[in-house]
Amino acid sequence: MIQFADAFAWLVDPANWPGPNGITARILEHLWYCLLALVLALVIAMPAGLYIGHTGKGRALAIGLTGALRALPSLGLLTLLAVTMSLGLRLAIVPSTIVLAILAIPPLLAAAYSGVEAVDPDVVDGARASGLNEWQIVGRVEVPLAAPLLVGGLRSAVLQVIATATLSAFLGLGGLGRFILDGQAVADYTRMLGGAILVIALALILDGGILLLQRWLVPSGVSIALGTGRLEGR
Amino acid sequence: MRFDWVADNMGQILMMSWAHVQVSVLPIFLSLLIAVPIAWWAHRQKSARRVLVPISGVLYALPSLPLFVLLPVVLGTRILDPLNLVVALTLYGVALLVRTAVDAFDSVGRIIRDDALAIGHSPRQVFWRVALPLAGPPLLAGTRVVSASTLSLVSVGALIGVPSLGYFFTNGYQRGFPTEIMVGVIGTVVLAVIFDVIIVVAGRLLLPWVRATDRRRG
Repeated sequence: MIQFADAFAWLVDPANWPGPNGITARILEHLWYCLLALVLALVIAMPAGLYIGHTGKGRALAIGLTGALRALPSLGLLTLLAVTMSLGLRLAIVPSTIVLAILAIPPLLAAAYSGVEAVDPDVVDGARASGLNEWQIVGRVEVPLAAPLLVGGLRSAVLQVIATATLSAFLGLGGLGRFILDGQAVADYTRMLGGAILVIALALILDGGILLLQRWLVPSGVSIALGTGRLEGR
Repeated sequence: MRFDWVADNMGQILMMSWAHVQVSVLPIFLSLLIAVPIAWWAHRQKSARRVLVPISGVLYALPSLPLFVLLPVVLGTRILDPLNLVVALTLYGVALLVRTAVDAFDSVGRIIRDDALAIGHSPRQVFWRVALPLAGPPLLAGTRVVSASTLSLVSVGALIGVPSLGYFFTNGYQRGFPTEIMVGVIGTVVLAVIFDVIIVVAGRLLLPWVRATDRRRG
């Protein structure tokens, strides 16, 4: 347990926070990689998921893809893309973002189509009968009602991306994984442990934040049991 | 893909695959063994559920590589000890299965359980003869998910030097040699498929009535 004390001393040492290799910069890098990948994943998964949920088409394909992706090792995908893409080694952010987005897509996709599917068909028919067109049904009825599940999917995706962005350090990128890998290279276990604590804290803080967002997003008057949307494995 | 490399290094590929299997088998078994009683407890006691389900959610939120780094301090093991991986992967498996199993037990329903009690089953018999068999199919599905995610997570251990198919990722990257990485990826997927087939077959043997019902419906 003495190692924990050392790691906390490392964490609270003001000398370790500023500068390009400092903790502040590494946290910001970590969050930046995650944000890039999440935006890319949302742009792909949300329209696709809403379409599948609204029309019921392509569901089997989505389930199959999601299952297949689960078995793919993220570190393998990361290194393979880095080595095979022409820009992979010089611009490691490209393979890193692609892999992180690939990991974030299944939970977002699953949340989108299952959230829309879970909306009572009578409600959708009612909206149609009152003259809403299909776009309005999706935008004004299905998305708000599916919001808690959508945010649940976002929560899974964020956790997955925060965890895996740690591995991006292996491609020479920054982020909190740097402390773990650099610490290991010089057998500095204090730094490794400090880095590990930072990633775990970041994941738990974001997890808690999204959970609050999820509570807040339940449309008033709708009492759906809050599914937390853990629809996939890691 | 350089097949001559694959042929020349078959010995090492098999050795790493075996190491991969060794680290993965125990967490899959243990998570089922640990998650089912926890879930049964959470299913029967509201107060236990309010604590256990969120805890499993938090466990599941822990990132893998940092957890591999953290566990040696908690367990008093060396950082290269495969035990760290086994414990971490078991935690993930339990976290994932507790939720599945609680839902599965919930879906069995009060009436069926009351019926079982009414015809003279003891609470213990209700668990073994009614609840567990009826919760079997979702538990089986959950175990398949745990198996696939465990097999793909084991390779992350390569970053801290625990041998597995993940070695081919780190080594292949350092040498800039895609074939080696492909071998690791394909090997992991092949192992995942083999494990999945074994779990499905075991499920058919343990839950023969599921197939019988399916056939009657189909």
